[in-house]
Amino acid sequence: MSDNDVVQQTAPAGATTQNGDGGPDMIQLLTPEGERRSHPDYDKYVVDLTPQDLRGFYRDLVLIRRLDAEGYALQRQGELGLWPSLLGQEAAQVGSGRALRPHDFVFPTYREHGVGFVRGMDPQSSLQLFRGVSQGGWDPTEHNFHLYTIVIGAQTLHATGYAMGVKMDGNVGTGDPDRDTAVICYFGDGATSQGDVNEAFVYAASFDAPVVFFCQNNQWAISEPVSKQTRIPLYQRARGFGFPGVRVDGNDILATYAVTKHCLDEARNGNGPLLIEAYTYRMGAHTTADDPTKYRVSAEVEQWKLRDPILRLKTYLAHEGMADETFFQSVDEEADQFAQELRDGCINMATMPGETMWDHVYAEDHPVMEAERAAFLAYQASFEGAN
Amino acid sequence: MSTTMSTAAATNAPQHLEKVTLGRSITNGLRKAMERDPKVVLIGEDIGKLGGVFRITEHLQKDFGEDRVIDSPLAESGIVGTAVGMALRGYRPVCEIQFDGFVYPAFDQIVCQVAKMHARSLGAVKLPIVIRIPFGGGIGSPEHHSESPEAYFAHTAGLRVVSCSNPEDAYWMIQQAIECDDPVIFFEPKRRYHDRGEYDTSAASAPRSLFEANVLREGTDVTLVGYGPVVKTMLESAAAAESEGTSIEVIDLRSLSPLPIDTVTASVRKTGRLVVVHEASNFLGMGAEIAAEVTEQCFYHLEAPVVRVGGANIPYPPSRMEEDFLPDLDRILDGVDRALAF
Repeated sequence: MSDNDVVQQTAPAGATTQNGDGGPDMIQLLTPEGERRSHPDYDKYVVDLTPQDLRGFYRDLVLIRRLDAEGYALQRQGELGLWPSLLGQEAAQVGSGRALRPHDFVFPTYREHGVGFVRGMDPQSSLQLFRGVSQGGWDPTEHNFHLYTIVIGAQTLHATGYAMGVKMDGNVGTGDPDRDTAVICYFGDGATSQGDVNEAFVYAASFDAPVVFFCQNNQWAISEPVSKQTRIPLYQRARGFGFPGVRVDGNDILATYAVTKHCLDEARNGNGPLLIEAYTYRMGAHTTADDPTKYRVSAEVEQWKLRDPILRLKTYLAHEGMADETFFQSVDEEADQFAQELRDGCINMATMPGETMWDHVYAEDHPVMEAERAAFLAYQASFEGAN
Repeated sequence: MSTTMSTAAATNAPQHLEKVTLGRSITNGLRKAMERDPKVVLIGEDIGKLGGVFRITEHLQKDFGEDRVIDSPLAESGIVGTAVGMALRGYRPVCEIQFDGFVYPAFDQIVCQVAKMHARSLGAVKLPIVIRIPFGGGIGSPEHHSESPEAYFAHTAGLRVVSCSNPEDAYWMIQQAIECDDPVIFFEPKRRYHDRGEYDTSAASAPRSLFEANVLREGTDVTLVGYGPVVKTMLESAAAAESEGTSIEVIDLRSLSPLPIDTVTASVRKTGRLVVVHEASNFLGMGAEIAAEVTEQCFYHLEAPVVRVGGANIPYPPSRMEEDFLPDLDRILDGVDRALAF
């Protein structure tokens, strides 16, 4: 490992994981059984978390799993055109999302409903995209959460360019926590094969961009296993580009939070870019249009159920006396209420009138937009009084 | 040609006439834009110390620093993709693509991201990005250095596509493109980089909008319309035709999207005949769209079918054969003759 590596990838013996898991290099602070494991480099990022913070994490996890379940159901009921599920990846998303500061900037894929949720996005935002009433439609500066990018990996270059801009603004390494800014960019294991992702790694490295590349390795790119994308563990790719890479247990919210905190700090201090590989699993289908029974065995899914991110935090909270059954019940009740609001909001979502299709193609006036809109309205008006 | 341009321009006294090349005019326009707005940054391959392979950005890195004139790694999708990110951060990036045939690695970023982000965000995100592309043939280069890919971009909603044909336009249009809040694909006629023109650089503003066509020469028998490198050839053709008694109106389209079709239809209503010229292949090229628009809008004024004088529907040929591929004076006049034969 080079001397600029973020943290040596030597996990203590206690954190050694089972075969089929992320291997000895994987950072883990909470075992699948909910037991806290100490780590010499990362404990410091979680010691300040209060029981209230941890209960908040639990609530986040439960609510976004419910958001996901409702998204799936709404698609099956014909209310959404498609739904990309985050089931199984809740800890990777909440842990990294909660590690951000408000002025940091997020570049998501189309699966980061959980990150959006903890950034304060209206959950209806992602529903409206998959319902087909807009292609996104939110202002990224409102929660420093960019629009979903559907083309695989394209957003990694946007994140890199944004981070280059942050550096050009002088908002890196000043020591002022209100000023120093990091950018985080989400993508999946499949995306690591994309040219854009590799170009982003090159650009980010060349310009010392304050960006954290956050790869959720959920083991499957639709039907293709990660072995089709890489010979070596993905976090080790970073080394070839000259920046640190680290693998974290993506189903462990404490480890994901700690590792992301560390990497964001590094980026803000001018030691970017960095790569985090959050080792996790896509418990559901790629999207509602997918059928994973055609290409993977159920035993694999069953094995990953034992590493469930919510169950392990729940066990830990209960065991440590930080939460009791009343609390867990209240979260479930809140989730029911949340689900009802999601459903009502989705079903009552208004479709914009056809003539608005031309409204935002260009920022400045454009004669074709005006002419086509006028022709459309005239065509529609031609039906008036026809009966 | 440039004399015609200067005459057409506003006569704001006191004039400060300068005779500069088209390439240097772009340099000067970039410099003006960078002086005016500190958010304007340039990014591209070899644009720093070298000043770009065509020297368009010469001395700019020395004067504005490495943060504002960014030598990029050798990856075009990266140039455009990072420009998107910089624009999201409030910058106004000007990308240089080294040659027309090298823009394709950036095609996804341009058509899926640059073109669509404003609509995707319902207007919340503006991407004031200029993508400069030297285009067209005639310089004896190997494959991929002589192409005319403008139709791909003009076909994509969300982009604006322009091309300059002379030094004065180059100077003003690059500044206007940078000031535009929409992404602009800026095609530069590389074989005209060294053409000189005299124009007034002291004028307070550009002589015309970025998206207006320009009638360079008035005529009554046939309308010739084109853009970029062929404009000079069209003017030479019109001069030659005049000696044979044919009066040709020459229109420099300047903007390909939006298409300033009204200038073309107004001319066709007068002449009744239209010849469209470009280096790009005729099949689904700009000429096809212009012919369709003119047919729709002034069918009864047409005395002849619209004639297209463009590249063959083949990959750009080896450079020793390019003279047979490119529209030259004779091929343009042959097109004029075909229009007049009706």
